[in-house]
Amino acid sequence: MLLAVFSDIHGNRQAFEACLKVARARSAERFILLGDFVGYGADPEWVVDTAMDMVAHGAVAVRGNHDEAVNTTTESMNNEAQIAIEWTRGRLDAAQRRFLAELPMLVEDRDRLFVHSEASSPKRWHYVRSTADAAKSLIATPAHVTFCGHIHRPALYSMSVTAKMTSFVPKTDVPVQLLRGRQWLAVLGSVGQPRDGDPSASFVLFDTDSCQITYCRVPYDIASAANKIRENGLPPWLADRLSQGR
Amino acid sequence: MPKSLVKSGAEIDGYTIGECVHAGGMATLWTVTHPRIDGPLLMKVPRASEGEDPAAIVSFEMEMMILPRLAGPHVPHCYGTGDFAHQAYAVIERIPGTTLYKRLPDLPLPYEEARLLVARIAAALADLHRQNVIHHDIKPSSVMFRESGEAVLIDYGLSHHDHLPDLLQAEFRLPYGTAPYMAPERLRGVRDDPRSDLFSLGVLLYFFTTGERPFGEGETLRAMRRRLWRDPHPPRSLRADYPPWLQEVVLRCLEIEPVRRYPTATQLAFDLAHPTQVRLTARSERMKRDPLSVAWRRRFNQDAMQPRAKSDVAEQIASSPIIAVALDTVEGEPELNEALRVTTERILATLPSARLACVNVLKLNRIAIDKTLDEQGSNKHIDRLVALRHWATPLKLDESRLSVHVLEAVDPATALLEFAEVNEVDHVIIGARQSSFRRTLLGSVSAKVAAEATCTVTVVRPPRMATAKPDAGVVWG
Repeated sequence: MLLAVFSDIHGNRQAFEACLKVARARSAERFILLGDFVGYGADPEWVVDTAMDMVAHGAVAVRGNHDEAVNTTTESMNNEAQIAIEWTRGRLDAAQRRFLAELPMLVEDRDRLFVHSEASSPKRWHYVRSTADAAKSLIATPAHVTFCGHIHRPALYSMSVTAKMTSFVPKTDVPVQLLRGRQWLAVLGSVGQPRDGDPSASFVLFDTDSCQITYCRVPYDIASAANKIRENGLPPWLADRLSQGR
Repeated sequence: MPKSLVKSGAEIDGYTIGECVHAGGMATLWTVTHPRIDGPLLMKVPRASEGEDPAAIVSFEMEMMILPRLAGPHVPHCYGTGDFAHQAYAVIERIPGTTLYKRLPDLPLPYEEARLLVARIAAALADLHRQNVIHHDIKPSSVMFRESGEAVLIDYGLSHHDHLPDLLQAEFRLPYGTAPYMAPERLRGVRDDPRSDLFSLGVLLYFFTTGERPFGEGETLRAMRRRLWRDPHPPRSLRADYPPWLQEVVLRCLEIEPVRRYPTATQLAFDLAHPTQVRLTARSERMKRDPLSVAWRRRFNQDAMQPRAKSDVAEQIASSPIIAVALDTVEGEPELNEALRVTTERILATLPSARLACVNVLKLNRIAIDKTLDEQGSNKHIDRLVALRHWATPLKLDESRLSVHVLEAVDPATALLEFAEVNEVDHVIIGARQSSFRRTLLGSVSAKVAAEATCTVTVVRPPRMATAKPDAGVVWG
């Protein structure tokens, strides 16, 4: 079965629509949403409604730190993120907020694990920045492949049976076979706010039969997404950074 | 790890196991058959039971990732793999014959034979590097030859694929590989430089032409590290008749710093195909190793060599193309030759590792017997070589980046196309004749080359003249 995995959509309708279109064109059969549906972008209602509809049709979704911050004011965030999340809170209705609040922290599916930040302590929202961080997450689960997001930069880590780590920056559209016999941590790039220098939206396809993972990039209408952020009076940097991919 | 299921007569995923034909330290090889696959097959099975070297497992994982992605005549075709969850194996095409290892008792080989042999291996390496793979274990037992002549590189257990995770990157404290052939940068943990393979091929060429290994057979880390500062004995000090051009090629491959080696395997193959065009430098003259004072300076200044950016295999190949410019030095219009020089200069300016081959075709008559000497009695072939060099002088290219070639042929377009094909030229620059009368009469060489070449072609015309027709300046590439 072909899974399409999306992370860190962040209220960016244009980017999410473009990714969904490509994933469907490439015959994805099941959809996984790794959290952070809202925050930063100017279309939180549409994104949450779309996610709710997808979950109703069998998609898997987990909670991100921005999703949590919509319902709890204790989350510590930087100033721009805080402004955006307060604005978002006012836009969502009760049903949408409840959907975000009730999302699970992680989902295990056969030998796969889906989580927003990493597997060792998902509620602490640690970033996977290094092989040491990746090792912590991999040791915490028996899963063959863990999928996570949160850091907005694609990376692929593996750990051998002798606990040796490898790290790799995946190449776009080059399938990599996630060999059995070692564990893998697939860190996804962001759909709605890429930060690896490439402004195109990022998502992942995973073939559960061949165990092949493919990191995909999708160009989208950045100008419209950025304009909507400016029109709504959100911090201008949130609009500017989209075209820079930072 | 499950027990191996592979034994004679067993069936795995539709493959029927035959006999074990090789039992090495890392893997065993079995003949297998499959009802839907013609031709001889081999199943490679890693030694992966408990207590075995973990290197065997990791290198087999690497091979399973890389083999199915390789294509072309220079690699064994891969038909299928099975993973460690059930039974790890890779089924590959069985290449008839033996590896180059069998030639060791015949060393040293005649220079000409070694030249042709290593040129074929360099062509295979070029093809592998184009597929983003660095072999990392080039040695006689990794090389076989097809009946049609192409070299086939086998064993990808230590290889690096630029588009895949490198499972060997952190696996071992010591660099893993075959000590006598290992490039010095490998000892510093560098695994992403395709020029490491050129070093290994240089070791092979040195060994095959002198009968001695340039860095001995030492397997200890201390013995291997010597190559970081100690240069090998120049081949000419071992064999008095060693051709200077061959020493130039060998020692360039064996340079300690990758940047001083050939930038690509294709450029090495080019020199091996045109020994008379090899630009001789001080390397070719050397009769002794560097004085100890120089070697010791290198030894104690290792840190100075350290910083290097991560290299990208595809980028490195793309920045080091072979460019051929086709010139008509006899009947060509001066404006056109000038326009060709301007275009060539612009292309070379962006590619500091490119090399330029200036090519001229000496047209032969179909019927009459050609005389080598012209009416004035001078040698046409040599005159043209001189003219080509003269044309290239203003480009101020380092001599090692320039070569000149006069082809003799009845049909110039076919000769140019063949030259581009044989020498793996990446880009042909050719002028279009302006005289419509001659073009109608003779047919357009540039049109045929542009239409039929398998590489990029830039067709150059001189700048528009005031009197030119509106379409006279069209450039297509």
